[in-house]
Amino acid sequence: MPVLEARHISKSLGGKLIVDDVSLTLDQGELKVLIGPSGGGKSTLLQCIHYLHRPDQGEVLLEGRSAAEMGRRNICAFRQEIGMIFQDFNLFDHLSAENNVAVALRKVKKFSTRAALERARAELARVGLADKARLYPAELSGGQKQRVSIARALAMDPKVMLLDEPTSALDPELIGEVLNVIADLAQGGMTMLMATHQIGFARRLTNEILFMEKGRLTERGSPAELLAPGSNSRAAEFCAKLAQLMGRE
Amino acid sequence: MMIESAFYQALWPALFKGFKLSLALILPSAAGGLVLGVLVGLIRGTEQPRWLFRPCQAYVSLFRGTALAVQLFICYYGLPELGLLLKPLCLEFGLPEWLWRLCYPSAYGASVLVFILCSGAYQSEYIRGAILSIKRGQFLAARALGFSRWQSFSAVILPQALRLAWPGCSNEVIYLIKYSSLAYLLSARELTGAAFSVGSFHFRYTESFFCAALFYLSLVSLATWLFSRLERAWAVPGFGRS
Repeated sequence: MPVLEARHISKSLGGKLIVDDVSLTLDQGELKVLIGPSGGGKSTLLQCIHYLHRPDQGEVLLEGRSAAEMGRRNICAFRQEIGMIFQDFNLFDHLSAENNVAVALRKVKKFSTRAALERARAELARVGLADKARLYPAELSGGQKQRVSIARALAMDPKVMLLDEPTSALDPELIGEVLNVIADLAQGGMTMLMATHQIGFARRLTNEILFMEKGRLTERGSPAELLAPGSNSRAAEFCAKLAQLMGRE
Repeated sequence: MMIESAFYQALWPALFKGFKLSLALILPSAAGGLVLGVLVGLIRGTEQPRWLFRPCQAYVSLFRGTALAVQLFICYYGLPELGLLLKPLCLEFGLPEWLWRLCYPSAYGASVLVFILCSGAYQSEYIRGAILSIKRGQFLAARALGFSRWQSFSAVILPQALRLAWPGCSNEVIYLIKYSSLAYLLSARELTGAAFSVGSFHFRYTESFFCAALFYLSLVSLATWLFSRLERAWAVPGFGRS
């Protein structure tokens, strides 16, 4: 049984169809990569899977349990089990790194303050930020902020992680540190769905690439078959363009 | 300058008594106004819960849109007329007595009530503005971690909104200290009222009001100092400066 399954998800926002009948599954320990042009619906799809937007149609199953019939309270519990990483980090600006991680443990998982802080420090150490635990978001670099947000999600012991272009808002020099953390997670067997433009990185770690355009998953396959030169896929064309842009810089 | 002791012997005790009443007006009004402002500001800033949004908007435009003196008069002189209507109804239908008794507030009660409502309307505007300046992503992140809606407000939005709105909120409390003098219109003998009565008895307005002004000035200075201390105590490195 897949850990996470999305069935025929559709979502309109402001009268426009953003996600159009998308289905996908994630097996235990699998990393799938979602690529495609901006505005193609990747973020909305991830947020629908997370029920941050309730899908108009379709359902999401986590370990076989459907979120469609859950009430408010259960949806909160459902969300806890899926970690979400945002493009612009979304750290809580008024809390130190350790409290950013600890606050959800205290409020949602009802840890004691002390246990929450202990766990928070352990998670920060895991992403290499043990010495930054007391700093506030404004005192951290972009890469460090994103690592804090990963630690924050990990502390909730999620069964799946959804990553929404986690490196897009970072300077090229800072991308590496975040990708390293994600690669470690993947090797540690975390189940992940990641929207990204880091094609090289995706290629190395994933078995399946999903190409999303105009709200639909138009192509899917292993990097080898999808991105092979001469495969004539839209994904290959898109990646070639990305590579060209990177090359010119 | 000659200081005739009879005048000053009358003035200081009267002013101190008035000052005490002023404090009794200001403290609950400031606290109540802040609490009300935070609640209404949260509702207006987040538009949650939806059914309360419009009533809150209406309340704020009413209290920000009318003169405070008029509000005081309506509450003090207008409510008893409502009481005249309510009392027989309460007696007839066996409704609780406090319902119509509420319509006959004392000068003090009416003043505090109107000050709380008025101050709350202004405070809510500062809180609302602060909430709008917090990035929506943080709310999303809180929800993604499994926070309930209320938990996201109380643990993420509110602590930030209060810090951002604090300079505005303290400004409103400082205004309140001074507009508390309007309670004098309802015959409450607070600081201004006391200064006026001693001043008119001795026909020495300048000194009376000058001394009253000193009381206001020291109270405002104290409040300013207190608020900026709190602002520093709650400061978060780099927060609100980007």
